[in-house]
Amino acid sequence: MAAGTALDAMAITTADDAAAQEFARVVETHRPQIFRFLLSSTRDVDLAETLTQECFLKAHRNWGGFRGESSAMTWLMRIAINLQKDHWRNRRMQFWRTTRTNSVDLDEASDWLPSGESSIEQQLLAKERVKQVWTAVKGLSERQRTVFLLRYVEEQELSEIAAATGLSEGTVKAHLSRAVARVRLELGGKR
Amino acid sequence: MMNRFDEEANGLKEQAVNSQSAEQDLELQQALKNFKSCVHAWGDAMYSLPRTVSKDVRLRSWRLALGWALGCVLVAGSVSGGLLERHHRVEAARIAAEQRAAEQQRKLGEQQAAKMSDEVLLADVDSDVSRQVPSAMEPLAQMMDETK
Repeated sequence: MAAGTALDAMAITTADDAAAQEFARVVETHRPQIFRFLLSSTRDVDLAETLTQECFLKAHRNWGGFRGESSAMTWLMRIAINLQKDHWRNRRMQFWRTTRTNSVDLDEASDWLPSGESSIEQQLLAKERVKQVWTAVKGLSERQRTVFLLRYVEEQELSEIAAATGLSEGTVKAHLSRAVARVRLELGGKR
Repeated sequence: MMNRFDEEANGLKEQAVNSQSAEQDLELQQALKNFKSCVHAWGDAMYSLPRTVSKDVRLRSWRLALGWALGCVLVAGSVSGGLLERHHRVEAARIAAEQRAAEQQRKLGEQQAAKMSDEVLLADVDSDVSRQVPSAMEPLAQMMDETK
């Protein structure tokens, strides 16, 4: 009986270890992507870092409940999107903090364009275009921005975006279409 | 002949519009591609950056803490000041009421004492007057009664 209990305990420990290892692997694989999404969405490095940490903390707490119905990335992205939503909602409540944000300006955000092998003139033009895209993204609604960034920065499929945002694929398409129209307008209007 | 010319012109116009649209699409595609590269480069750079709390952020935190502490002190001070003031007023009112009551009590006592002393005096006089006259003074007393 005692031997059986010891074996059970060992089995539980082994299972816990395996789950911890699996979670560590998930963190290692997906953390940069979650951070990048939150960074592009908020343009605030500190906030993106904080939300990423919160996201993985929440994921760790609920890791036992993850049944693998969607991919781990989609599950994590859903947590990140909800955390971001909560953050903005709380910030709106804290009206005295709404005027102060640490978001970097669009010029700074556009500076990160890799130079490639193009000429200086082409680089400047490309940078200008990227700045216009940032301007358009800034003007999008929260939902449109999320859908746009997931599609064009994280290169997710519509079904994945729908699962991460909790919207239907049709709604995702509609949001994406409006977002692209806005970007197109920004690119066309500033010519 | 004219119709054919118009058709050709329309066709050329359509072609121009299509080519313009294709050019715009190409431009959009390129811009989105560059945007993605930009975000990826920025994300990678910031992700690998060691995190340090900047002096500005620390200073802001201290300022915030100091502000809160000052606010708390002010609130506590004004609340306790108000309570103290109220307590003083209540105490002063109580003392004044006590003094008034004591004064009234004293006056009443004095009045009663004055009243009592008059009565005692009258009683004394009465008793003095009605005192038995010694036998040697009897004729003089009779004379006084007769005079009255």
